[in-house]
Formats: sequence, C-alpha cells, structure tokens
Amino acid sequence: MAESTHIHDKNVPLEYSKAEDRMTILGFWVFLGAEVVLFSTLFATYLVLHSRPADGPTSAELFKPEIVLIMTFLLLTSSFTGSMAIHYLRAQNMKKMIVWLLLTMLLGLGFLGCEIYEFHEYIALEGVSIKTSAFLSGFFVLVGTHGLHVTLGIGWLTLILIQLKKRGFTPRTARKVFVIGLYWHFLDIVWLFIFTLVYLSGMVL
Amino acid sequence: MKLDEFFVTGEPLIYGAYVSIAVATLGIIFVLTYFKKWKWLWTEWIPTVDHKKIGIMYIIASLLMLFRGGIDGMLMRTQLALPELKVLSSSHYNEIFTTHGTIMILFMAMPFLIGLMNIVVPLQIGARDVAFPFLNAISFWSFFMGAMLFNISFVIGGSPDAGWTAYMPLAGNELSPGPGQNYYLLGLQLSGIGTLATGINFLVTILRMRAPGMTLMKMPIFTWSTLITSIIIVFAFPVLTVALALMTFDRLFGSHFFTLANGGMPMMWANLFWIWGHPEVYIVILPAFGIFSEIICTFARKTLFGYKAMVFSMIAIAGLSFIVWVHHFFTMGAGAGVNSFFSITTMAISVPTGVKIFNWLLTLYKGRIKMTVAMMWSLAFIPNFVIGGITGVMLAMASADYQYHNTYFLVAHFHYVLVAGTVFACFAGLYYWYPKAFGHMLNERLGKISFWLFMIGFNVCFFPLYFVGLMGMARRMYTYSPGLGWTGINIVATIGAFGMGLGFIVLVYSIYYSARYGKRDVTGDPWDGRTFEWMIPSPPPHYNFAKIPQVSRLDEYWYLKKEKGFKEAREVKEEELKPIHMPNKSHVPAIMSVFFFIAGFGLVWEWYWMAIPGLIGVLACMVIRSFDYNDGFYLSIEEVKEAHKVGEGN
Amino acid sequence: MVVYFYASLLIRDGVVTVNEKENIQENHDRFPWKLVIGFVLSIVLTLLTLWVAFRSGFQDKMVLSLMLLLAFLQAGMQLVLFMHVREGEGTVQVSNMVHAFFTAIIIVAGSVWVMSFGMHNH
Repeated sequence: MAESTHIHDKNVPLEYSKAEDRMTILGFWVFLGAEVVLFSTLFATYLVLHSRPADGPTSAELFKPEIVLIMTFLLLTSSFTGSMAIHYLRAQNMKKMIVWLLLTMLLGLGFLGCEIYEFHEYIALEGVSIKTSAFLSGFFVLVGTHGLHVTLGIGWLTLILIQLKKRGFTPRTARKVFVIGLYWHFLDIVWLFIFTLVYLSGMVL
Repeated sequence: MKLDEFFVTGEPLIYGAYVSIAVATLGIIFVLTYFKKWKWLWTEWIPTVDHKKIGIMYIIASLLMLFRGGIDGMLMRTQLALPELKVLSSSHYNEIFTTHGTIMILFMAMPFLIGLMNIVVPLQIGARDVAFPFLNAISFWSFFMGAMLFNISFVIGGSPDAGWTAYMPLAGNELSPGPGQNYYLLGLQLSGIGTLATGINFLVTILRMRAPGMTLMKMPIFTWSTLITSIIIVFAFPVLTVALALMTFDRLFGSHFFTLANGGMPMMWANLFWIWGHPEVYIVILPAFGIFSEIICTFARKTLFGYKAMVFSMIAIAGLSFIVWVHHFFTMGAGAGVNSFFSITTMAISVPTGVKIFNWLLTLYKGRIKMTVAMMWSLAFIPNFVIGGITGVMLAMASADYQYHNTYFLVAHFHYVLVAGTVFACFAGLYYWYPKAFGHMLNERLGKISFWLFMIGFNVCFFPLYFVGLMGMARRMYTYSPGLGWTGINIVATIGAFGMGLGFIVLVYSIYYSARYGKRDVTGDPWDGRTFEWMIPSPPPHYNFAKIPQVSRLDEYWYLKKEKGFKEAREVKEEELKPIHMPNKSHVPAIMSVFFFIAGFGLVWEWYWMAIPGLIGVLACMVIRSFDYNDGFYLSIEEVKEAHKVGEGN
Repeated sequence: MVVYFYASLLIRDGVVTVNEKENIQENHDRFPWKLVIGFVLSIVLTLLTLWVAFRSGFQDKMVLSLMLLLAFLQAGMQLVLFMHVREGEGTVQVSNMVHAFFTAIIIVAGSVWVMSFGMHNH
C-alpha cells in the first residue's frame, strides 16, 4: 500500500493531492484504453456485418438524420457541461459544480430518451430487432452498448452526487468527480465515431 | 425440464465424478470442522486483500485445475492408445478435449502465472502491496467463480463440446443445443473480468509503486515481463469480452453475428477469437520467460546477459503479437494477400524470441551452475521450447500450413511451446518461490524424481505426435482405424502421458511431504538470490518491508550482500521504522463474485428470474463499495518492531 | 508507434509528476474560455462532418477519409482540452491512448480486410 504522499501545494488540484487518488486516476485511464479496444471490436463487427441486411432494411433505408443530430448535440453539450463542472471542482465552488453536473445528467437523460425513442421506432414500428439480420444485430449491440454505458454513468453520477452532499470536497470525492468526468467525455468520443461510422456512413456511403 | 436434463446421467465416469465431488466436499467440511478452521477461513482468507495470500489461492486453484485438465488429457490418450477403442464415446471425447484445452489454458496456466506475479512482483519492486488491493481480490474471486461455473457443467447440464476454440456454427444453438456451450461463454466471461482487472492493477503497480531509485531499467526481469504481460492483457481481453458476449447473444437472444442464417458470418467468430487468442498465448509465455530469466541468473550466479535486449525483445514480441492472429486460420479462405501478410509477421515474431534463447545460453556460459530442481526445469525448457518454436516457424508458412493445420503436428507444436514453456515455468517458479511463500523448501530429491518422470514422459508423449500428424492423423478425432500405421506412435504417446501423470503425482506428494518434513527457510534467502523478495523473511510479514529499500542499480540486493555482508544488507535499524499504512480486508469481493456466479448460472440455463437478481446483487456490491470511505489502518512503530523481531529470528 | 510508447515509459518513469508549470489552480478563478472554445470547435467539426457527408459531393473514399479525420481531430481535442490527458502521469496516459487507438485501428481495419474475401464488387 503506497505511503500517502500528500501534496499540499494549492496549485495542485485536490484530486491529485493524494498518491492513492493519483493511482486511481491513472488506473482509470488504463481502463479507458481497454474500453477503446472493447468498442473497436464492436465497431469492427458492425462494419464487417454492415453489408449483410438479409431480408431486413439496410442502413440507408433505416436511419433518419434528425434524431441522430439531436442526440449528437445533446451528448456533445453534455460533454461541455461536464468539463465546466470539473472547472468548478478545481475552483472549489460546490454550488456551481453541482449545477453543471446536474445539467450534464439532464442532457444525458435527454440523450437516452431520444435513443429509447429511436429504438422503439425501429422495433415497434419498423418491426426489426437483433433477430432480423446480421447488420441489425451489429447495430443494436454497438449502439446499445454505448447507451448502456451512458445509463450506468447516470446511475454512477447519482451516487457521487449523494456522496458530495454528505462529505463535501475531499481528495477522494474530488477524484470521484474527476474520474466520472473522464468516463463521460470518453462516451462522447465513442459517440463521435458511432455518429460518423454508423449513422453518417450508413446514410450516405 | 426433467431432472436428467439438469443432472448429467448415464455415464459411469460421471457417476464417479459425483461420488468424488461429494466425498471431497464432505472431506473438506470435516477437516475444517475438526481443526476448527472455519473462522480462520472466514477472517483470514476469504476477505484478504493481501497479494501474497491471493497469489497462494490462485496457485492452489491452478494445481486443482491441473489435476482435472490432466485427467482429461490422460483419458484422451487412453482412448487413443489403440484403434477403435470404446473407452470414451465420440460425444464424451468432444467434451473432454474441450474442457482439457479450456481448463489448461484459462484455469491452470493463467492463474498459476498470475498467482506467481501476485506473490513476487510487489516484493521485487519493494512495495507493500499492489496499487489496488481490493480490485486484486475481485480478480481472484472472479477467476475462481468463473472456473467453478465452468467446472460444474460436468455434472450439471453437460460440458461444452465444441472445442476450446468454440467455432461457429458448431457452437451455435442448432448444432450445440443446451446449456453446455453457455457454461463456456459465461465461465470465461466472468474469469476474463478478473484478468482484465489484474492487467490494470499490475500496470499501475509497476509504474507507480517501485522503490525509490528503481528506474524501469533497474527492475528485475520478471517484473518487466509482468509489466509487458499486463499491457497485452489490457489490450487483448476486451476483444474476448465482446466476442463471448456476441456469441452469448446469438445463443440466448437470437441475434445473427456468427450464425449461418440472416447474414451472420461464422468466420467472424474465429477472427475475433484469435485477435484475442494470439496475444493470449503471449500472455502465458512472457511471464514464463521472466521466471526462467530469474532462475537462470540465480543458479548460474551471473547477471542476465543482455538485459536491455531481453527487455526490448519482450516489447517487440508483445507488439507483434497483435498482428499475427490469422495464422490460426490460414485455411479458412481469407485469401493469398491476407495469408501472406500474416505469414510474414508470424515468422518475424520468432526473431526476438530467438534473441532471448541466445541470451539465456550466454548467461549460462561460464556461470557456476547449481542444479536445483528449479534450475533443471529451466534448463529443460531451452531445448524443448526451441523444438516447439521451430515447428512454429514451419507452421507460419501459410502454404505449408495447409498440410499441417489441425493435424497432430499442430497439437505437438503447441504442447511443446505451452508445456515446455508455460508449464515448466510454473513448476520452476513453484520450486523457486515456494520457500518465500510458505517458509519451507520443497524436497529436492522428490522434485528431481517428478522432474525426470514428467519431462521424459512429456517428450515420449508429444515428440512422436509430430510424425503421426505428418502421416495424416487429424486432431480432435476420438478414434482411428487400424492399418494406417498410426497405432505404434499412439501407444508410445499414451505411455508418455502416463509418465507425466506419475510425475504430477510425485509433485503433489512432495508438497505434502515437504509440509511435514521439509527444510525450514530460516533466513528468507535460501538460494542466495539477487532481488528484493529474498531480502525479507520467509514467509514475509504482511506489510512485506519494514523499511522500503533504496535502489541504485540492477540486482541491488545482490551487490548489497557483496558489499556489506549478508546480515548488514538485510538489517533494518529501529530509527528507520515508520508507521505503515495497510488496506482493510473486505468480504465484498467474494460476495460479489458469488452474485456473479448466480447471474452466470442463471444465464446458462436462461433462467432470467435467477440471472437478473444476480446482476442486481453485483451492482449492489459496487454501490456498497462506492460508499465505503474506510481508508485502511496504520501499524504503529511498536507493532512493526514486534513483527520485525519475530520475522528476523536469526 | 509501439516502440514510441515503450520508449516514453523509459524516458519518464516512477517520479510523481504533476504539471506544476500549468498552474492549474490559478486559472480556475476566471471564466474558462478555453472550454467554450473547445465546445465551439466540437460543434464546428461536427457541422463540417455533416457537410462532407451530405453536401460535399466528394467520392465515397474521400468522404469516409475526411469524416474519420474530423472524428479523430475532435477526439483529440476532447482528450487534451476536456479530459486533461497530459496531466498527472501525462506521458503514460497519452501513450496509453495512442496505443489503444492504434490497436483499435488494427482490429477494425484488420477485421474488415480479413473478412473481405469474396466481396470484391465494391
């Protein structure tokens, strides 16, 4: 167990002040590297199976740009609001940080709502599902895995908000906020590639 | 569902298994009760986050799995000893080669090496534990529950039988209905989570918890091999996670990733499996290389020849390991362009490996060799592994591989690299680090007997198999016709297999014998070692080092002994003691893994009423952990002084 | 790339490094215009991607390449500006991400290539 080399320099953010928390942040970056590989495998599967729609619709026939754009801007904005929250974390301004965190959560919920609506359109109205074709299996699992990650992220953020209320700013709570910030930005980056390689490519190429 | 679909019936061997499971369970319960060890188990082992205890548990589990996997192997060899034997039916044989492969690679080799990494690496870098002790416990229990889930298929529901590679469409619902294949998917998924966590843990540990002055190029070579292995784990295991999940979706939810119908591509399974699978075999061989390097240096009494080259060659191997995977399915029709590229990369990867062989030989040259059991395993590794490696280069030639693929030539190749590489390293590491973990030596005489039995048996079993493969005998065939000229070789191979079995029995006996009569390790440095794990008592106090050592060069401890003498090199003055911060124990990892087991078992049988609560239980454990702000405890200077005096009882 | 990653490990290792030069705490008393710029940049890059896809009239290969380039650019911007990838164990973190994306490209491109047998009509 590392001896806690506590850094008392006020120029060092709270989340980096204890050795334990520094290691956790590094560990989380390594985990994000693993997640990049995880999503890349899902992307590879999607791209390989994309041209195999069997009897079901193709991507060009299925995807609609409007809802995709709304989701993209919701998530992109939530990434910005998340980064604002980290700014106020470092400014040690609890009130403002919580406001920006809640905004982030709201935008995330909006994103999920749209995605549930989109999937509902496909499943209930178009009558397709993962059972329809290889292409649709790939689509639902790739985009669904991302959506599941967002859902877990919102649950996680809720837990952190509760802990912040109870304990205020400590090196550990600061680290927790920073880490979930990393997670949240990462999900936006993944969505960037989904937007590009699934939806846009699927509609025009 | 009928009871005989749930419990496997109709096979005498399986009834035998029921009986032995029942007897063993009762036996364990009896022993624990008789020696009043329930509390000890519940307070000292189940909630432990101590890397040394976790490592020991990994190794105990691997030895049990080696037993089961070995029985599988011996059953296969018995069935194949003569043509058209009826020891095992074809379906039974399929189950056995599936479980043999899966258990040996994933539940024997991986945990054995990870167990050794756990015990040794924090000690080698002068640390008190790993970066994330709680996560380390989760890694072990996930592995253990995943292994349990896989093993229970034998008696409940039936084992998977599509090979350890589980190719589609054979592994799909149409051709492999029932729970068997689901056990494979869920058992490996659960264990895989633990392994990924281990990779992250050791990566951060080695990067951030080394003793002051220990730069990367002053680290022990086994620690280097662990670092590189951890990087491979982090980048390879997520691919397996996805691949298993996608096949699970195909089987449970009717998706079409790898099916024949509705646009699925069975070959994509093979592609994804081997994108993981090839780095996986380097995950099991690089730590082995590290172990051999340590042992050869210690018992040749020389610094490792070409330390830098050894490091860079492992880095090169790790990098290349991600671009060779198609060589596992050259014959699947990817085309000449693809096959040529992967042929070249595969041949390239033999170069850094060759560099290492020469460096080991040059380390031995002019060394003062001490023939301990650990050294014998290491010396035997060199020629045997080279045989495996050379046949690997033969297989790398894609056009030639059309002849060798899936014959016994391939089977012999991978057993030569895996057994002579990984298994020999596990045994060598066991003998080498056993005194450190337990405080007594393993008996050398019995060790030598088991070595010769196993090593000779191994060669008698597998060397002839190259030839019967070239004669056309395919792998995974449960019997063969007489008159093909294969019989003689198969008889010889079976005799060799029994030799290996005998060697294993002697090894197990020597563990028991040494526990009772073994020589105590009183100094903590029975081999005159070179690295920090030998600087502390055997077994180490739970905080490892009373004082974190300072490092200025490679093999610092060795030079300290030379310069200051044995006693002074290991001395810790009272003024140097400080309070030591240690992590808390926790039952949450074990409990969380039980919930994972429940969820997995539910998914195997498609009992969502069981699976969903299981997953909720897992999440609940994570929530509990999130709200746990207990930061560990401090050992005061007095407590450290007391423990230190007891440990250094010389 | 692989060699760079490991070489970077060797260059800076072990020692606790926090970007003292960046004087992080000081900036947090003023409004974070850097983040707003980042946000605007993301929107611009996204709109650019949309234009390339729907309005540019480029050939398929060009459209795909440009869209991917824009995606990687935006991802890089997020990593540096929003996620502070260079802070703390910056070198390790950057190398880790580079290596991860490199592996991702191998997996995606490799799989598409390996699985492209018989599909020679596009």
